[in-house]
Amino acid sequence: MRDVPEHPDWLWSSPEPKRSYDVVIVGGGGHGLATAYYLAKNHGITDVAVLERGWLAGGNMARNTTIIRSNYLWDESAGIYEHALKLWEGLEDDLGYPILFSQRGVLNLAHSLQDVRDSVRRVHANRLNGVDAEWLGPDEVKEICPIVNVSPDVRYPVLGATYQPRAGIAKHDYVAWGFARAAAAMGVHLIENCEVTGVEVAGGRVQAVQTTKGRIAAGTVALSAAGHSSVVAATAGVELPVQTHPLQALVSELLEPVHPTVVMSNAVHVYVSQAHKGELVMGAGIDPYNSYRQRGAFHIIEQQMSAALELFPIFARAHVLRTWAGIVDVTPDASPVVGKTPVDGLLVNCGWGTGGFKATPGVGWCYAHTIAHGEPHPLNAPFSLERFTTGALVDEHGAAAVAH
Amino acid sequence: MLLIPCPWCGPRDEAEFHYGGQAHVAYPENPAALSDEEWARYLFFRDNPKGRFAERWNHTAGCRRWFNAVRNTATNEIEAGEVTA
Repeated sequence: MRDVPEHPDWLWSSPEPKRSYDVVIVGGGGHGLATAYYLAKNHGITDVAVLERGWLAGGNMARNTTIIRSNYLWDESAGIYEHALKLWEGLEDDLGYPILFSQRGVLNLAHSLQDVRDSVRRVHANRLNGVDAEWLGPDEVKEICPIVNVSPDVRYPVLGATYQPRAGIAKHDYVAWGFARAAAAMGVHLIENCEVTGVEVAGGRVQAVQTTKGRIAAGTVALSAAGHSSVVAATAGVELPVQTHPLQALVSELLEPVHPTVVMSNAVHVYVSQAHKGELVMGAGIDPYNSYRQRGAFHIIEQQMSAALELFPIFARAHVLRTWAGIVDVTPDASPVVGKTPVDGLLVNCGWGTGGFKATPGVGWCYAHTIAHGEPHPLNAPFSLERFTTGALVDEHGAAAVAH
Repeated sequence: MLLIPCPWCGPRDEAEFHYGGQAHVAYPENPAALSDEEWARYLFFRDNPKGRFAERWNHTAGCRRWFNAVRNTATNEIEAGEVTA
């Protein structure tokens, strides 16, 4: 357990929006704030506004389960997630703000022979990409996480796991506040309660955004609106290959430290870590239907609890404190879209689905590069909108499945 | 949990159903004539409105038949009279 900082007074100023900016970022979540930070820091671009319809980092940034890892199968994914992980490793110093980044490792359990084969393949792929990865047998799993039930006498016994020691968790609010504070200090305008209601396009080029605080002209408009990406992009006549779903998570009451790492299981379908304060944080898959409601059905929670109990019998008497949902934008290949759109000056960062938090510094870095240069960074170039036409999909269903 | 009005079995819990996504997406009439863009659109792009959405459901744990419904994705309300076989 670490001492946590007090809730901050004000870490950033709240200016009235100017009528024009070089860059307008739509969405003040983790990605939008990280993008603004790296725009200012890496590219010296500070005539930037981040427009947020609610309060900063109050959407999916406040609702995710904060798992950070980079053990993805494909080269493209390993590239951007590992870049993010390296940034996470230096982020506290870089931002000058505590983010409680804890590299406690992640175990991705395998419960079937196919799981085992896929997992071992992913370990090899990870190593080739410079991502730390090991294959562990059930006894080694037990050594790292003693509370996991590795008995062969359960319905889906643990046959082993992949282990990424450098993976971990961070405190999502502090990450957002750290980026916001540092971006604001370099001159970025963070504007809350300012909903973008339309994107103005003329002659195939973006001109401005219409907001609840009036029209704001912009040289570049960079969307980073997660579950609402389709809604905002549609006002510019741009369609995106995403579907918006609720993704639920829950926390238990505060408990003594019992769970030393992060455990994920795609087969029985749950992921669990223990936050610094002591809550068990659990998530699972999306609710199946399209919805913008930030709540899901309780039977999904029941399923994830039964999965958690099979893996962790010790949790049987823990009480659920709170459940909630975020709305996530899911693409057909479970990989994001980060890059240009058919409209000049309109860029999009969306489709992170259930796994955007871990990418926060990495996507901020690459998206800022894309904004500054008008062309994607090599690490986000594979995640173009065009890949759905060319067929160069980055199919991460296998390695990441629904549990990012 | 949603209460979904199956046109044959009446209102049933969401857990009995399988979701089928956007309704009225027709297979291309002349597939050989499609450009890559048109194929991409057919395969990967679906409407994603915040509001009225015509969608498919299958009553997998009941009559096992498909039907269409119109639901508001902002409120999850299913419109009475818009559920069709």
